Amino acid sequence: MHASLRSVALVFSREFRAYFATPLAAVFLAVFLALSAGMTFFVGGFFERGQADLGSFFAWHPWLFLILMPAIGMRLWAEERRSGVIELLMTLPVRTTELVIGKFLAGWAFTALALALTTPLWLVVLYLGSPDNGVIAASYFGSWLMAGALLAIAACISALTRNQVIAFIGAAILSFLLVMAGFDLVLSALRGWAPGFVVDLVQSLSFLLNFDRLTRGVLEAQTVFLFVSMIVLALWINVQIVDAKKAA
Amino acid sequence: MQLVQATGLTKTFSGVRAVDDVSLTVARGEVVGFLGPNGAGKSTTMKMLTGFLTPDAGTASIAGEDVFRRPLQARARLGYLPEGAPAYGDMSVGDFLVFIGRMRGLTGVRLDERLAEMVERVNLEGVWNRSIDALSKGFKRRVGIAQALIHDPDVLILDEPTDGLDPNQKHDMRELIRSIAAGKAIVVSTHILEEVEATCSRVVIIAEGRVVADDTPAALLAKASGPSTLRVSVASGAAAAVGPRLKTLRPDAAIEELEPLDGAVRFLLRFGEDAADPAALARDLAAAGIAVEEIGLYRPSLESVFRAVTGTRPH
Repeated sequence: MHASLRSVALVFSREFRAYFATPLAAVFLAVFLALSAGMTFFVGGFFERGQADLGSFFAWHPWLFLILMPAIGMRLWAEERRSGVIELLMTLPVRTTELVIGKFLAGWAFTALALALTTPLWLVVLYLGSPDNGVIAASYFGSWLMAGALLAIAACISALTRNQVIAFIGAAILSFLLVMAGFDLVLSALRGWAPGFVVDLVQSLSFLLNFDRLTRGVLEAQTVFLFVSMIVLALWINVQIVDAKKAA
Repeated sequence: MQLVQATGLTKTFSGVRAVDDVSLTVARGEVVGFLGPNGAGKSTTMKMLTGFLTPDAGTASIAGEDVFRRPLQARARLGYLPEGAPAYGDMSVGDFLVFIGRMRGLTGVRLDERLAEMVERVNLEGVWNRSIDALSKGFKRRVGIAQALIHDPDVLILDEPTDGLDPNQKHDMRELIRSIAAGKAIVVSTHILEEVEATCSRVVIIAEGRVVADDTPAALLAKASGPSTLRVSVASGAAAAVGPRLKTLRPDAAIEELEPLDGAVRFLLRFGEDAADPAALARDLAAAGIAVEEIGLYRPSLESVFRAVTGTRPH
């Protein structure tokens, strides 16, 4: 195997297993499942809708991920800095990019696991009626992509500090702004002074609006591109932050 | 070839110059003791040698590979024990060493061989499956040494490997460093002078970010004590009588009376360039009927070495 892929795979498998070294993973999965199911059935009105789809399930994902992705991403770098292991990692013969990608993929795979554990809901709607499976598959994919973008941002913030709590709060605030970017709450803060195209640009970044389109089964290249480029951009910034800290 | 070569390393943290124009070379087979008080810039210098910190000015190379221009090649030749021996506490000793070994490119039989050698060399037999968080300080430090040695590097940089260990563990660690010294270039930082004497072939003293001495341990001690100095301890009650007698017995020596310690008064007799002969002085004192508690060559403390080379007190 190519040396770079090998080190990405090694970091990935160490980080992925580290999620399960503490009860954190179990707690996280339980909270995610309980919240997503609770929201779907009790708040989202799964049965009252009288539709065999998962719309009331996916609608909550941006709000759940807003909190849960910073929780998954907060330890990725802050903990390395606090424990001093960062000194070991950065003196191994591997590139910073390989570390950043390996860590991100571990968190993203953990997210995939969390999402996979919700598939019994899919079976429920299959039993109850004949849902549009294409829409559900696209929604799962879109949900995972959006989670990836939020996770990459959380990892990035985590690289700025040695304190996991600060990393969590910072990432949650930034995630909130991105999720809400299409709404007046954020846009009205810009309208007074920013040029029109900036306002449009910010609006087009809105995770909520983009995710909404995906869950309606519109798997647009533009939306996929947005989330993928957010991931790439955040990881690139992550690498720059980690490298810049060497000179600090 | 010099395995470690650093020139003009300089680092400033928010206006404070932590390391100022430090140059250092270490050849194969050398163990260099990096000595200095806390905050003198030892760790910062070591972090720059490993490439973990980028210096404001200066260069560093490991086994001929520039640490900042060819970092991967340089790091491949380097083993590093950071201060406090950080490790993934939630992993077992075995899993952790396998992870580091693989990250360093070891696989298959070669990895197994190296792991087996680490178990034997660093004595990790009993703790292989224990989680690192559950280990004593001494074992944690050993795990740190093992991860630094796993790929059999040419250069080892060990930041305070004995700090916080009990005397037995310190002794074991020194033995370990001595046993791996052949064929490698090792830089060990410490603030304990005895440690340097026991393990190092050269001492570099750093104070306030600058190299103030670079010599063999023996030469450095000689510098601090002068070429030949004898120390004579007598019971403090006899001190008043003994002082003048010493003067008449050794008129060519400069005599200094130190502060009393544990009920004894110590005199230092400095002989300048002449060789001092403790045995002869002991005979003469006995013949003169002076009861002496102890007589010997004067060995300065770390503090006096520091004063001698830096003109300041440590801490």
